[in-house]
Amino acid sequence: MFRLEPRASAPLLWQVVTPLLAVLATIIVGGALFAAMGFDPVASIRTIFWDPLFGPAAGYSRPQLLVKAGPLILIASGLALGFRAGIWNIGAEGQYIIGAISGAAVALAAYPLEAHWIFPAMILAGAAGGWAWGMIPAMLRNWFGASEILVSLMLVYVAQRIAAWMAFGPMKNPEGFNFPGSRNLQQYESASNPELIANSGLHWGGVAAVLALAATWFIMSRHILGFHIRTAGAAPRAARFAGVRPERLVALCLGVSGALAGLAGLFEVAGPGGQITESFGSGYGFTAIIVAFLGRLHPLGILLAGLLLALTYIGGELAQMMLNLPAATVQVFQGMLLFFLLGFDILTRYRIRRRA
Amino acid sequence: MTNVFQAEGLGKTYPGVRANDDVSFTVSAGEIHALLGENGAGKSTLVKMIYGLVRPDEGRMLLLDAPYAPHDPKAARAAGVAMVFQHFSLFEALTVAENIALGMENPPPRAELSRRIAELSQGYGLPLNPARRIAALSAGERQRVEILRCLLQNPRLLIMDEPTSVLTPQEAEILFATLRQLAEAGTAILYISHKLEEIRSHCDRATILRQGKVMGTVNPRAHSARELAAMMVGAEMRVVDRSGRKPGAPVLEVRNLSLPSGDGMALKDVALTLRSGEILGIGGVAGNGQEELLSALSGEAPTAPGTVTLEGKDLSRAGPELRRRAGLLAVPEDRLGHTAVPEFSLTENTLLTGTSRQGLARHGLIDRKAATDFARQVIQSFDVRTPGPATAAGALSGGNLQKFVIGREVLGHPRVLVVNQPTWGVDAGAAASIRQALLDLAAEGAGVIVISQDLDELLELSDRFCALNQGRLSNPHPTDGLTIDEIGLMLGGAHGMEVAHVQA
Repeated sequence: MFRLEPRASAPLLWQVVTPLLAVLATIIVGGALFAAMGFDPVASIRTIFWDPLFGPAAGYSRPQLLVKAGPLILIASGLALGFRAGIWNIGAEGQYIIGAISGAAVALAAYPLEAHWIFPAMILAGAAGGWAWGMIPAMLRNWFGASEILVSLMLVYVAQRIAAWMAFGPMKNPEGFNFPGSRNLQQYESASNPELIANSGLHWGGVAAVLALAATWFIMSRHILGFHIRTAGAAPRAARFAGVRPERLVALCLGVSGALAGLAGLFEVAGPGGQITESFGSGYGFTAIIVAFLGRLHPLGILLAGLLLALTYIGGELAQMMLNLPAATVQVFQGMLLFFLLGFDILTRYRIRRRA
Repeated sequence: MTNVFQAEGLGKTYPGVRANDDVSFTVSAGEIHALLGENGAGKSTLVKMIYGLVRPDEGRMLLLDAPYAPHDPKAARAAGVAMVFQHFSLFEALTVAENIALGMENPPPRAELSRRIAELSQGYGLPLNPARRIAALSAGERQRVEILRCLLQNPRLLIMDEPTSVLTPQEAEILFATLRQLAEAGTAILYISHKLEEIRSHCDRATILRQGKVMGTVNPRAHSARELAAMMVGAEMRVVDRSGRKPGAPVLEVRNLSLPSGDGMALKDVALTLRSGEILGIGGVAGNGQEELLSALSGEAPTAPGTVTLEGKDLSRAGPELRRRAGLLAVPEDRLGHTAVPEFSLTENTLLTGTSRQGLARHGLIDRKAATDFARQVIQSFDVRTPGPATAAGALSGGNLQKFVIGREVLGHPRVLVVNQPTWGVDAGAAASIRQALLDLAAEGAGVIVISQDLDELLELSDRFCALNQGRLSNPHPTDGLTIDEIGLMLGGAHGMEVAHVQA
């Protein structure tokens, strides 16, 4: 028989290897699942992981990689700050939606004026909207001790209802033949977030994601604030002893991660999404949680994990079109990935020994 | 005398540590046998093997001359081995009888059990009401519950793990009377401690462990405490040097300090004056407000304005960082997770409290080189045994980490240093050097407050002594001339006797 023996410290090697193991296990179990459903496992896996990048139609799907990875990375880099401190913002999806609505509101109010200040103002409004939505759980936790996990999660559903209300009500396009949904911001030059390099998929959101990664890397590894965040996560009492005020950290982490999620929403609504619709939220806020953990809460890891999860989005859609795999495939894959990651994580803290 | 328990060549290896190496000794019926050793000497591993929590790699054990290899505590109990742990495992919301019933394999009916508990507790001079809730009991009474729980099994071998660490001197005397009575009834008692004086006065034989090996079994009454310590540590202990101290001007004033109870004990109207160059000792049984007093002084729990004043500056509302800048430094009790982060390197752990006083960050930017240099300085000045500043704090032994933590603050040249349990769970060698560091700090003109449950330590270090009881601080007494009996009364809350009348 085997038994688990605690390790003295978590070796770096295992911290890097376990995410890779999780990806491998997901591919194997996913393939078995497809086989059980009567699909060719090898073809299915190839369609999801290989074809979007190198397949016959890669020219169309490759730019989508950055389109999808941008918001995931942007949101995940903010979430990672809080997760390091033991502050669990599960509601990035809601902050993403509110950020998009806030940014779009600026554009729709200014319409049809063309001016250079509009896009920057939308960025500020998007960040502020996400920040405010993140501050609700922060304040409820600081004032009443409410769990930020539950409050932030429940606010997602509130945000989704608000998005639906906006799409049917205040933001409905007056020239939209009574269809729900706002004006399309892609067709409003001052407010649009265009592709920066043709056929790259890169828009301002991707730029913001890289900046956010660089900034969080700097804070976490060079700044005393990052040290305090890590201390709060590793040993809350030591953080308090060092002089960290927990309420401030809660407000900071939920505020910053909310603002970054809001930005992601804004760049999406002004770019690829184009308009506020009833179903504007597309799950980026939830998937970003997987990205943050798969990336070990480290900026470089988050970059790679964001690209991988983006790939599962695109590959899943491709498999749906080409092989008639069910639409839920992507979610199953993402869920499995997190599941295996958390499972394999035990190897970073324990070693397996044969029982004598 | 018949051998109750015998260990023959016991060995146990953990990754990187030889915890026990060829350990052989015997415990006879009717004796109180001390197991003496520094922290990390292998006492707990040995005891865990006897109690079936850990299995030995080599060697064998005999119980009543029959081979004995328990694979779990249940088997150990069935064979007649009982153990009272240092930390109690009692449900506060349940009564004494309910707690005892929970720990039994086949509890008798409640009324029958209560009767037996009352009978046993009377018989052994351990008064205890079976119907009382644990929450209402003192630490000493809780320990009685644990002891009674063991006695109900009629053990042949009773293991006591540092039982007096939570007791007042008077409570400890009651405990020893009970143990002696048990021994006379034929029970073998294995008594684990590092308190030399109590072993010398109460134990029949002592087996001394050092680095996992048996150094010998001796009659503790035939040796001085110094000799025993030398066997335990392997070298003559350093004598603490108390010279060169003269109290100067007051540096810290605490007035009307009250703190509502959160989870612990409320502080009630605490007042004290600390002079520069002076060490004030605060004694008391754990849970009487020690942690609360420390957090009120460290700034983790701010108090009403005007309650904490350092050299004329009111710091009552200031947080830990502002107090540190002003020169009021503190070292709470818990090394792992409070004064140090186990997962972080020693270098990173200097940032916890050294950032402002050592200039380890400029405009919020961490100066990694300065932090590493400072960590190295602490390691050198305080003889911290570790491969280097990149080692994780959690990888250090308790004594070495405590030296590091105390050293980090001492090198911050505080005006006032407040420490809680500075040598708790620390080996004798490290304890001596920590005490010397505190004395040196006072000799250089700082004021030092030592909160401790180790009376010997307080008597050795402090110029004045006061006791914390139920969140109240007694008036200080000069340490010279205090007797253990007087201290016991102070710890018990009899502050000159008039308090008792007011409350009655």
